[in-house]
Amino acid sequence: MSVIEAGLQAGLDSGRIDQPRRHRGVLVAALGLWRTRIGLLLVAVLVGIAVLGPLFAPYGGTEFVGPPFNADAPGTVFGTDKLGQDVWSRFLLGGRTILLLAVVSTLIGLAVGAAIGLVAAYNRGRLDNVLMRTMDVVFAFPNLLLALVAVTTLGRRSWVIVLIVAFTAVPRVARITRGAALGVVERDFVGAAEALGESRTHILGREILPNVAGPLLVEANLRLTYSIALIGALGFLGFGVGLNQPDWAQMINENRPALSTAPWGTLLPIFAIALLTVGVGLVADGLGRAVAGVDRGRPA
Amino acid sequence: MTMTGVVRTSTALAIEDLRIVVGRSGEDIVDEVSLTIAPGEVLGLVGESGSGKTTVGLAVLGHARKGATIASGRVQIGDVPMLELPLSQLRLARGRLVSYVPQDPGTALNPAMRIGTQLREVLEAHDFGGYEDVHRKRVTEVMAEVLLPGTPQFLRRYPHQLSGGQQQRVGLAMAFACRPSVIVLDEPTTGLDVSTQAHVLQTIRQLCRNHGVAALYVTHDLAVVATLVDRVAVMYAGRIVEHGPATTMFDEPAHPYTRHLIAAVPAMSGERAITGLAGRAPSPGHRPIGCAFAPRCSAATEECRASFPRIDVLADGHTVRCYHPMAAIQQRDHTATAPTAAADVPRDAALTLRRVSASYTGDTVVHDVDLHVGRGECVALVGESGSGKTTVSRSVGGLHQEWTGEIHLGTTVLARAARDRPVEQRLRIQYVFQNPYSSLNPRRPIGESVARPLVVGGMAAGDARRAVADMLERVSLTADYADRYPDQLSGGERQRVAIARALVSKPEVLVCDEVTSALDVLVQAAIVELLAELQRELGLSMLFVTHNLPLVRSIADRTAVMADGRILEVGATERVLSEPEHEYTKRLLADTPRINETQLVEVVEERIDDDVALHLPAVAVPELDV
Repeated sequence: MSVIEAGLQAGLDSGRIDQPRRHRGVLVAALGLWRTRIGLLLVAVLVGIAVLGPLFAPYGGTEFVGPPFNADAPGTVFGTDKLGQDVWSRFLLGGRTILLLAVVSTLIGLAVGAAIGLVAAYNRGRLDNVLMRTMDVVFAFPNLLLALVAVTTLGRRSWVIVLIVAFTAVPRVARITRGAALGVVERDFVGAAEALGESRTHILGREILPNVAGPLLVEANLRLTYSIALIGALGFLGFGVGLNQPDWAQMINENRPALSTAPWGTLLPIFAIALLTVGVGLVADGLGRAVAGVDRGRPA
Repeated sequence: MTMTGVVRTSTALAIEDLRIVVGRSGEDIVDEVSLTIAPGEVLGLVGESGSGKTTVGLAVLGHARKGATIASGRVQIGDVPMLELPLSQLRLARGRLVSYVPQDPGTALNPAMRIGTQLREVLEAHDFGGYEDVHRKRVTEVMAEVLLPGTPQFLRRYPHQLSGGQQQRVGLAMAFACRPSVIVLDEPTTGLDVSTQAHVLQTIRQLCRNHGVAALYVTHDLAVVATLVDRVAVMYAGRIVEHGPATTMFDEPAHPYTRHLIAAVPAMSGERAITGLAGRAPSPGHRPIGCAFAPRCSAATEECRASFPRIDVLADGHTVRCYHPMAAIQQRDHTATAPTAAADVPRDAALTLRRVSASYTGDTVVHDVDLHVGRGECVALVGESGSGKTTVSRSVGGLHQEWTGEIHLGTTVLARAARDRPVEQRLRIQYVFQNPYSSLNPRRPIGESVARPLVVGGMAAGDARRAVADMLERVSLTADYADRYPDQLSGGERQRVAIARALVSKPEVLVCDEVTSALDVLVQAAIVELLAELQRELGLSMLFVTHNLPLVRSIADRTAVMADGRILEVGATERVLSEPEHEYTKRLLADTPRINETQLVEVVEERIDDDVALHLPAVAVPELDV
């Protein structure tokens, strides 16, 4: 029955009524979806904790407040960790690093990846092949392994973590961008810009980029969740920034042995990272649907 | 057309008072539509995009697109009430009782399946009866009916190994495979060349006659149905405004809208220039209380604006919904608009092509083309898709770079790529693309798109904005269009914007590449009118590339006919159309659908052989012809 259905679909697409429609942005359309709203709420709460939390921390990050692994230590809300430090304070202080690193590395990965994808799609031919095959090679390395190698050889510095996480994001972003841009470079407005002799930068940045912004936005959110997870994993494995600095990922690892007696030192950061990832994922999904919905109404 | 000799005692398809609404508000997109079609009869349902014609076509299959609901009415095929069937039976009825031929066979056929498999699948899905050998036999049979070879080798091909015409024949074969009693054809020849189109139309007519199939042929092009249908129903804003036998409809159209539709069709002979119609049809929810056509009608009175006219019977089987049927429409004076005939006088050339050959990755598709466009002259370059005409125009525009020979702009030789040409040259020669849906950046307001040539030329932002506003008004839009986005505009408006962008830098040469082929006839007429007017006022030199031979009469001083990468003949437009020298031109003229001419019926001879010749894409030529 596929043929008739396909035919109906084709007929239905061509028979669409062409009425003036208010120009709605992807963001506005995405905000109309519940998943986006819930996602945004989650993200807002956790970003709020990470950014404003330090202002409300009752103790310092490395301050000794009671016996280690004591869930009921006096003067604490969630007890103490393995060094007798306040869990609640360390939780409030420990979100900033992971969030900042994740956002910065995602932005760098996105910028580089998008640039490579656009150039590959626009030039095609040999340059496209060289760029994309290089991306495939990078793709082939397991991200975590690559990150561990980089951190062990270059040291546990923030910029190393940022760059290596960005580096692992580049091939995926490049591939998505190239895929989306391939359909755009064929379109006549790009030809019109070429006939006018617009610069390549203008064509890539002003003509093509805005038309792949939708998929790119979705990808950005996805990459952010991956970055959070990867930086978290590095921290958990003990390759995060700074020993005994308050950090959600390291907290999970440090307090793991006392999960049954003093669970909050592990559970709080786990919930935080999980909800942040889910929140960002929901926003990505909402944006994705909005992009599909917005672009479906357009004749090719 | 009506004289088929079939005695119409029965009705194959009956539509009664069909009403289809959209959304929660329940605005109607189709209302009060009633039609009947007898077995073997072809009815043309004509209207512009958005008129609801496709919606009616789909309703015959019991289908409403997402968001739309069939609110009331009846669709009866034989004695089966389509709209009352449960979904499971409806699925069986589709394909078996009624089948559908979509506009673009390229997208309706599964590219990953052999055509033989797809045809057999249709039979299996509808319990055609019998076993594999019966199905195989039926496939061979139906292939013969659509004049395609039913050989195993041919059936093993994939859709991309067929030409557009062959693909559409396979689409027809699928539709006819289960011997349905009704078939809905949704502009099935829109993407095809005139010759291929003529052959496909011929096949459709014969199939319907021979097998007693009732056909609903949905189209925006009156000229196409003129050669095919027995009766015509004209739809406007969701309602049928005129309905009658084809001959009557073309000879004595009563509704002003029908008259406009006919006036918009380029005539093959005679002195008639095409006339467009300003404005656009009201969209659902914005339709006036009275006659929906009143805002665009020159004969409209208070009465028209107050209430929608009832159905009036003019003659046997000819009905119209209009208070002022037969009212004259405002037609342009031909002498003032059509190109003057002083075409053979040599003028100094604005654009000269010398021995231009172009190729794609080494395969030459354009051979030694010599052509010149004089100052203030419009030269049409006519050919079917694959003739190389678009490649020529893209080479002139600097968009295609793989060419040899010389192209002169005035006295300067142009570089191959636009990027290698100085700014001043790039601005002197401008290009209008075929498809206004893809030539404007959807993420950028109209004003910015139109201003680009000026910005590239170094004009200050304020001056550019004023120039853009002026230009938008010149192309009959208003200055406030500058802030809108392309998806808020209709196809015709977009093409006006694209023309504004091309003309804003005051170029000497304008290259128009099939600028009307994506548009409805009325809009096409309006765009051609606009171009002709601007060409005269601005003294533009124009290279007008098209596959539509009759269209050139309204705009071109001289016409060059192109096939297989070579120019076959060049001459004054009038001469080329009335006394074509080359065989190819004669054939092209013969295949062009026409109206207002006596030999409506048998213009098409069987000339299937060259259509069947396999068009394997040995050369994947990225021609942009739709």
